[in-house]
Amino acid sequence: MRAPFRTTAMDSIFGVPVQALFGQLLIGLINGSFYALLSLGLAVIFGLLNIINFTHGAQYMMGAFVAYLLVNKAGLGYWWALVIVPVVVGATGVIIERLMLSKLYKLDHLYGLLLTFGLALIIQGLFRNEYGTSGLPYAMPAELAGGRNLGFMFLPNYRAWVIVASLGVCIGTWFVIEKTKLGSYLRAATENPALVQAFGINVPRMITLTYGFGVALAAFAGVMAAPIYQVSPQMGADLIIVVFAVVVIGGMGSIMGSIVTGFALGLIEGLTKVFYPEASNTVIFIIMAIVLMIKPAGLFGSQK
Amino acid sequence: MKLKQTVIAAAIAALAGTASAQVSDGVIKIGVLNDGSSLYADLTGQGSVVAARMAIEDFGAAKKGMKVEVLYADHQNKADVGSAVARQWYDVDKVDAIFDVPNSGVALAVSQITRDKGKAFVVSGAATSDLTGKACSPNTIHWTYDTWMLANGTGNAIVKTGGDSWFFLTADYAFGHALERDTEAVVLKSGGKVLGKVRHPLNTQDFSSFLLQAQASKAKIVGLANAGGDTTNAIKQASEFGIVKGGQSLAGLLVFLTDVHGLGLEKAQGLIFTETFYWDQNAQTRAFGKRFATANRGIHPTMIHAGVYAGVLHYLKAVEALKSDDGTKVIAKMKDTPTDDPLFGKGRIRADGRKVHPALLVEVKKPSESKAPWDYYKIRATIPAEQAFRPEKDGGCSLVK
Repeated sequence: MRAPFRTTAMDSIFGVPVQALFGQLLIGLINGSFYALLSLGLAVIFGLLNIINFTHGAQYMMGAFVAYLLVNKAGLGYWWALVIVPVVVGATGVIIERLMLSKLYKLDHLYGLLLTFGLALIIQGLFRNEYGTSGLPYAMPAELAGGRNLGFMFLPNYRAWVIVASLGVCIGTWFVIEKTKLGSYLRAATENPALVQAFGINVPRMITLTYGFGVALAAFAGVMAAPIYQVSPQMGADLIIVVFAVVVIGGMGSIMGSIVTGFALGLIEGLTKVFYPEASNTVIFIIMAIVLMIKPAGLFGSQK
Repeated sequence: MKLKQTVIAAAIAALAGTASAQVSDGVIKIGVLNDGSSLYADLTGQGSVVAARMAIEDFGAAKKGMKVEVLYADHQNKADVGSAVARQWYDVDKVDAIFDVPNSGVALAVSQITRDKGKAFVVSGAATSDLTGKACSPNTIHWTYDTWMLANGTGNAIVKTGGDSWFFLTADYAFGHALERDTEAVVLKSGGKVLGKVRHPLNTQDFSSFLLQAQASKAKIVGLANAGGDTTNAIKQASEFGIVKGGQSLAGLLVFLTDVHGLGLEKAQGLIFTETFYWDQNAQTRAFGKRFATANRGIHPTMIHAGVYAGVLHYLKAVEALKSDDGTKVIAKMKDTPTDDPLFGKGRIRADGRKVHPALLVEVKKPSESKAPWDYYKIRATIPAEQAFRPEKDGGCSLVK
């Protein structure tokens, strides 16, 4: 009874109708959008600051909560939230970087990891105490409610928007970092901060803003998630483990790697949900293990 | 969180006084074990500790000179963590009885440990009907509800109104499997059919893939054999994917008051499901609900909280009568004594450990019908106690002669 689709002779693959498969692939792409957005932020932070940001999941959750608070306390809806939330949550990131992370750059990765992990636990605990775990409702923006029938599946308009917005943000970020002058400063600063500073560029400030930007990406993903998932304190905790696996598979710090891997793993996970749903929460880790055996630096990473 | 974070909060409910001679170490220790941080934390969690303390207070333990302590731990929905806590409690901390334990996987493990150690286990949170069926134990009482009762109440009601073809979204562990099995039996018995099922991991965020499969099955009813955060996420996303607009109906087989609160009436309205307790039933339940909410961050009691309260009350009565806290004897005494408490009324506990009381078939109100915060249910029918639960002879429990 595992595969719920009835097998018909011609138009099916392993008992799954081709049309249904298209639907599942599209769903995979949508989930991949979230993986890509989140792993992109992690990759930016790791690539440029060498910090493994375990607070990322909590910052994603904060994004959703700030959006919830904006609508309930200030009456500002989804579109405002998309703009305001990344700025607000990004600013908390800037404070964390200035007060704490900046003290750790000279130390081993482990210290940054421990600090950010501890922060994540504290932030989640605070939200859990205040809001409980059942989650809070967040309304879908009216403009994106409803959906259209694509023939092979019913696609909610909001999910289509998730793919478009996430692709736009991902490509924009990649472009800025890899193809612009600002990006070249950033990359140079990670290789040799002293030299870049000698050219009159304020490296510490650039690093601070980079962290703030990475955090803002997480918060942006949180706002995107609010209308489709329950806004709850542990929403980031479960996701972040998967996202770390995505980053590891893509190659730590590789911008393009994280984007491509995010979408690709969304697809693979989507297929697993059709053929063997019980394994859908482990398949990514199996892939991670295989990739690490064959290419320890990840698919797009370079061995330093 | 993945880190081991067994938080133990102890509260002394009664001051000194000469305890009965045969109560071990002079203190009755009650352990409340449940999900303190994840998807079931609002419907069990600290609320169950609040309920246990209220029961101790209402029992009048202090006045009667009985010293009762409450311990709490988070089992993180992991059977190994739950088992480790249970062993630690029984062996080291001298806990006499464990209460609540949502998550059927953990409850089955704790039931076995309790039996081995000769202690007492009163389940409120877990659902699997196996606890009073093939896995029944002379040391376990299953208080509040079970999967057979849910299937019988909700399943029957839906099949009767024409919902005769089903597709299941099932949480992939002991509870989901039991709920799916018991509901499928009801559907097939009433002449309906099951077109397919898909098993999702516990604590799933995104249900779209599974919902798409449910949609493709063309089943009239999409049965949600899951609970807590899984149910609310599935319901929320089902509305996004136009499941109900497309002519299919959702059947939440296990929905709690806190889930409805989390979803909001806009999304939850019209859902029909079975409960055994609702705070707005009568004067006594309303008084309990109000007192409970004040002590529990405004969150009103779920049937699980009510079950912990009633279970602790009945347990203490048995200990008092026996003047002993020997687990096996207390459970036997609890079964011999008719139950009577303000939340479930008069009832009894059967030889297989099943506590029987009436079940309520409820429907979630429309936003316009709700007059006050937490005013969520219309009670459509009351299923009498003797029909609400699986007949004793059908469970396959070895304790039934």
